[in-house]
Amino acid sequence: MTQLRPPVTVGPEQGPALTRFLRVARKSWSAAVNAVDNTPLKYVVAPLRAAAAMPRWVWLVAIALTLGSVWSFGAIANIPQGMLVGPTVSRAVDRGVDWMVVNWDVALRSLNFALLQHFLLPLERWLVGLPWWLVAGVVALVAYRVTGPIMAFLATGMIVALAALGLFDLAMTTLAIVITSTVLAVALGVPTGIAMAKSNLVDQAVRPVLDLMQTMPSFVYLIPVIMLFGIGKVPGVIAVVFYAVPPIIRLTNLGIRQVDAGVVEAGRAFGATGTQLLLKVQLPLALPAVMAGLNQTIMMALAMVVVTSMIGAPGLGVEVLNGIARLEVGRGLLGGIGIVIMAIILDRITQGFAKQRQPARTTVAR
Amino acid sequence: MGPKLVVRNLWKVFGPHPQQVLHSEWRHKSRNEVLQATGHVIALRDTSFEVADGQTFVVMGLSGSGKSTLVRCLLRLIEPSEGQVLINGQDILGFHHHQLIQFRRKMAGMVFQRFGLLPHRTVLDNVAFGLEVQGVDKKVRLKRAQELVEVVGLQGWEHSYPSTLSGGMQQRVGLARALAPDPEVLFMDEPFSALDPLIRREMQDELLRLQERLRKTIIFITHDLQEALKMGERIAIMRDGAIVQQGTPEEILTAPSDEYVGEFTKDVRKAAVLTVRSVMRPPGVLVSAWQGPRAAVHAMHQAEEELAFVVDKHERLLGIVTFKAASEAAMKGSACLQELITKSPLVVPADALLESLLTMTVDYDWSIEVLPVVEADGRLVGEVRRASVRDVALAAKAQQPAAPVSPQ
Ligand SMILES: Nc1ncnc2c1ncn2[C@@H]1O[C@H](COP(=O)(O)OP(=O)(O)OP(=O)(O)O)[C@@H](O)[C@H]1O
Ligand SMILES: [Mg+2]
Repeated sequence: MTQLRPPVTVGPEQGPALTRFLRVARKSWSAAVNAVDNTPLKYVVAPLRAAAAMPRWVWLVAIALTLGSVWSFGAIANIPQGMLVGPTVSRAVDRGVDWMVVNWDVALRSLNFALLQHFLLPLERWLVGLPWWLVAGVVALVAYRVTGPIMAFLATGMIVALAALGLFDLAMTTLAIVITSTVLAVALGVPTGIAMAKSNLVDQAVRPVLDLMQTMPSFVYLIPVIMLFGIGKVPGVIAVVFYAVPPIIRLTNLGIRQVDAGVVEAGRAFGATGTQLLLKVQLPLALPAVMAGLNQTIMMALAMVVVTSMIGAPGLGVEVLNGIARLEVGRGLLGGIGIVIMAIILDRITQGFAKQRQPARTTVAR
Repeated sequence: MGPKLVVRNLWKVFGPHPQQVLHSEWRHKSRNEVLQATGHVIALRDTSFEVADGQTFVVMGLSGSGKSTLVRCLLRLIEPSEGQVLINGQDILGFHHHQLIQFRRKMAGMVFQRFGLLPHRTVLDNVAFGLEVQGVDKKVRLKRAQELVEVVGLQGWEHSYPSTLSGGMQQRVGLARALAPDPEVLFMDEPFSALDPLIRREMQDELLRLQERLRKTIIFITHDLQEALKMGERIAIMRDGAIVQQGTPEEILTAPSDEYVGEFTKDVRKAAVLTVRSVMRPPGVLVSAWQGPRAAVHAMHQAEEELAFVVDKHERLLGIVTFKAASEAAMKGSACLQELITKSPLVVPADALLESLLTMTVDYDWSIEVLPVVEADGRLVGEVRRASVRDVALAAKAQQPAAPVSPQ
């Protein structure tokens, strides 16, 4: 066990009072640190030990800073008016969004319209139009194929429950939004992930953006979306896409980067071009990771659908929202149960798909 | 026609500023010095060699000596820092991206130490991969792949996935995949190192058998001298990125250029690798069948030998004549050598391994102490004496405990 060096004596040029104070302070610090040195606590106090071993001037600066900040607390408790940029920034953002609203209006409108008329509405109409027993049957079949009989049984039961609770149509509406946003998230996320995997530069540029997106509270996405698209289904979808896209980007990137370098090299050695390498080697081998990303993206989309009901996206989320707003606990609970049921079914089925991709390589085909 | 592959003054420096290192005094410093001072690794140092068409060229060296870097540079899987790589006289370092892709597709095939098979594809689709990236029609490429699966003896496994195959079988797939586009040059980076010794030997024999038929130009990397001697028509030995010696297996074994090479070769059972050629001497007394006994006596007398070899006008061995027989005939005044000729009790082929020379002579009584050595066409090229056979036997015995050797 290494003992701490005894404190260095302070030179005569400093006042005797300061000298004594410093010596006492460092000594008692060392003593306190040494006291716990032989207990498991020592791991906790390792940084404190390091502080005790610091040279004199570090202590002086630290003390000066502490005293100084206490003293000046009153004076600079608030940042000087000139340095306060918050309002300016928010005003600049406002102006930027205004500008986009004015100048991109046509483009945004037509995107809104196209998405709504050619994808979301037909999909919703079709899903809602399906009889509940048919959906239950199909889900049971798929669940049986990808996960097994137990899950198939449970899933069927849960769909029947959805129908019995009168949530079926709402669930299908929610599903339409989830599917639409997931398709968009994949269309956006997979190419982004590929670009990140192929270029370290892109990786370094996009990574902090993803970090930011994932730490931001989900409500924040609603604001610019309302500004640009107004309220309704499509704005809901857009908010969901931005909220749910990070996992599929990250896992596509990770999956491609994790592909065995030897296999990629073999591909190159046989004269595969970059695209061939991607399509024939990297993506197929990254597929389990991409599927895991897809699973997370779907889960996040489902979570976000509830939030987007605040800006007019219909479905189960509205039930929850109304339940809260009108203090109708039962109604909110039913909506919640509906979402949980959808989450379980979607999660199991997509996970089942993801797992299926792996054993396929280790079994003899046909 | 010139050599198939020529490598001239090839350098590879790993690190952030390879050109700066190459154009400074560091170029001439040892690898360790450069690494310590600049953080750059000189992985290839001024390597040059030539490989003839249809030849198997083995590159051998310890781990880290730069063998893998070398093969990768030949395909530009790693960009060399300096030098030339000529294939059929064309410098591949001058190739544009598109030319390079075409070169890799049509001219080169590569086999990897860790197989590098595509785990999500069946054996057949793996073998067809090279043709697939070339855009060959599916039917055609699968037919060709099927042929090669049969060539490497994997019929019945076409639809299995690589992970269900043993190491040896996986490397057969690797070999078939490399051969499928019918490349002119085969690059093999320690192809058999990951296999257990028994399978390794089997694969070596298989490759030799294939090579007999295909006559590809092969660059074969290994760290195992036994393997190098078995596979290589020429061998280059690498150390710290430089080639320290290259030559035929016999040259490497009999005249190691320095300690490093000598260290490799000292444990090798030479008798299993060297041929009679390496111990034979030029024939002592040679007489032609048309010369008389008198000439034969004279020649033997001159050379102080008891025995002369008799050859025809194509230098083919007819038999031997002893001094006694020739001088008796000469006294009698006989003019014909023909009836004095007796068969040599043993005739040794020049290409026989020393091992088989030892087995040949184990029951021999050495009534005649000089044995003729002949080429495959019967031409006399040398002789071996009892003393040198004994030396070979002693050397082989001294190495007995170490055998069989495979330096790791
Ligand atoms: N990408 C790289 N960056 C830096 N140094 C490298 C790189 N690749 C190889 N090296 C170094 O170059 C040297 C030669 O490596 P190489 O892989 O060619 O050796 P090898 O002879 O094939 O060895 P082994 O028998 O272990 O495969 C080693 O010292 C290695 O550390
Ligand atoms: Mg290597």
